[in-house]
Amino acid sequence: MIPVADVGFAEAAWIMIVKSLVIFLVVFMIVPVLTVVERKLIGRFQHRYGPNRVGPVGLLQPVADILKLVGKQVFRPDAAVPFLYAIGPALVIFSGITTIAILPFGNVKDGVGFYGIDVPIGVLYFFAFGSISFYGLLLSGWSSGSKYSFLGAMRSAAQLISYEVAMGLSLLGAIMMAGSLSLVSVVEAQGELWYVIPQFVGFIIFMVAGFAETSRAPFDLPEADSELVQGFQTEYGGTRFASFLLAEYLEMFVVSGIAVAFFLGGWMGPGPGWLDPIWMIGKILALICVFIWVRATLPRLRYDQLMSLGWKVLLPLATLNVLVTAVLVVVA
Amino acid sequence: MSDEFPYLEDADEVVAVQRGPEPGGARGAYRAFGETLRGLRTTLARLIEGPVTIQYPEEKTPVYPRFRGRHKLHRFEDTGLEKCVGCSLCAAACPADCIRVVAAENDPEDRVSAGERYAAVYEINLARCIFCGYCEVACPFDAITMGHDYELADYNRSDLIFTKEMLLAEPIERTPLRREGE
Repeated sequence: MIPVADVGFAEAAWIMIVKSLVIFLVVFMIVPVLTVVERKLIGRFQHRYGPNRVGPVGLLQPVADILKLVGKQVFRPDAAVPFLYAIGPALVIFSGITTIAILPFGNVKDGVGFYGIDVPIGVLYFFAFGSISFYGLLLSGWSSGSKYSFLGAMRSAAQLISYEVAMGLSLLGAIMMAGSLSLVSVVEAQGELWYVIPQFVGFIIFMVAGFAETSRAPFDLPEADSELVQGFQTEYGGTRFASFLLAEYLEMFVVSGIAVAFFLGGWMGPGPGWLDPIWMIGKILALICVFIWVRATLPRLRYDQLMSLGWKVLLPLATLNVLVTAVLVVVA
Repeated sequence: MSDEFPYLEDADEVVAVQRGPEPGGARGAYRAFGETLRGLRTTLARLIEGPVTIQYPEEKTPVYPRFRGRHKLHRFEDTGLEKCVGCSLCAAACPADCIRVVAAENDPEDRVSAGERYAAVYEINLARCIFCGYCEVACPFDAITMGHDYELADYNRSDLIFTKEMLLAEPIERTPLRREGE
C-alpha cells in the first residue's frame, strides 16, 4: 500500500483499520462521559451536585440525553438552503474525527504504532483539518436563514481566524526545540524535560487560543446562548444539534491532546510501557477538567475584548516567545 | 482644601473618589492575568467545599419549632376528649375566612369535648389559608395549633378542605425539626 503522504511509520492496512477503529471507539466512549463529567463538575464549582438522578450518581445521564436528541424530529427551516444546512454538522464532525488521527497514545510497540497516523507534517495536519470545522460552522450558520445563526457564524469566523494565528505561533517554540513537526518525535524529545517548563508562555497561549478555537467559555461568543440563542446552532435540533455538541467535545479532546503532546510529555509517565495510552488519556482528561474549570469561572468576553486579546496580547506574546526560543535554540 | 471646595465648611467632608486602574496596556494585561488566576482560585475553593444542596424529596429542610405549617387539632391526653368546644373564635379571627365551624351540644352520656358544646363540623380550606397563625392565637383552649407539615400539594381543590378527622389525626410524615442552635 502506497501511503498518501510520507509517514514516519506505517503498518499493514488491516492493522491500520483495526487501530483506527479502536481509537475512534475509545474516544467516542469518552465523549458522552465528558458531557456528564462537565455538568457534574460545573455543579460542584457552584456548590451543587449536578445531574445525579439517572442511573448511579447520574452516570447514565448521557444515555438519556442521546436518546432524547435522537428521538427528535428531523426538521429544516423554510428559509434554509437544504444541502448546506445538512452538510454543516457533518463537516464539523468530520474535522473532529480526522484530527484525532494524529494524537499519539504511545510509541511503536511490537510493530504497532499507538496512534492513527504519524505524519511528518504533524501539527500542520491538525491545523488543516481543524480549520474545516470552521467551514462547518460558517456554512451551517449562513445556510440556516436566521439572523441569529448568521451573526453567530460571522462571530465564529472572525474568532477562529484571529486565534488560529496565535495558536500556530504558540506551538512553534516547542517545534523548534524538538526539531520536528511530527507529534511522536515531539513527545520523544521531551524525555528529559516536559516543554511546559521552558515553553510555559507557549503553553498558556495555546490553552487560551484553544478555548477560543473550541468556542468554549470565556470565548463562547459564537454560541452565546444568552444573546444569540446558541448562534449558528439556533435552527438545528435533534441529531444534528447533537452532532454539534459531539464535535465540541471532540475538539476539546483534540486540543487537549495536542497540548499534552506538545507541552505535557504526551504518553510519558512512570510505569510499564502498556500504561502509555492510559497516561495520555489521563493527561487529556485532566486538561479537559481545566477547560471546565475555566468555563465555571470566567464570564464571556465582549466582542472587542476578544479581538484585542487575540491580536494585541496573544499574537505579540506568541511572536516574542518564538523569537526568544529561536535565539536560545541557535545559541545553545 | 477650602479653596478647592469653598462651599464645604469642614474639610473632612471631602471624600476622595477611588478609581480603578486604567484598563489596557501591558499592565492591564498583567492585572487581568492575575485577576483570572484569582477567579480560578475562588471557584476551586467552592469545589473543595462541596455541595450545599438539600436533596429535597429524600432529604428535607428542618423547620424551626415555631414554623407555621398545616394545622392540628388536639385532644386531652388523659381523657381523649377533644379540646375544641366549637366557639368559632378561630373562624372569626381568620383573615382569609377559611375556617368553618358548626357547633353542637355535647351529650352527657357520650361526650365529644370537655366543654358544653363541641365542633360537629370543623373544616379548614387549606387552599385559602395564608398560614398566619391567628386561629392558634384566638383559640382559648389551645385546641388548634399550627403544625410543621408543609407538603400540602394535591390534585383537587376539594381535597384541600381538611375535615376535623384529618386535622385530629397524627400527620403521617413528620417534618424534621431544627435542633437547638442549628
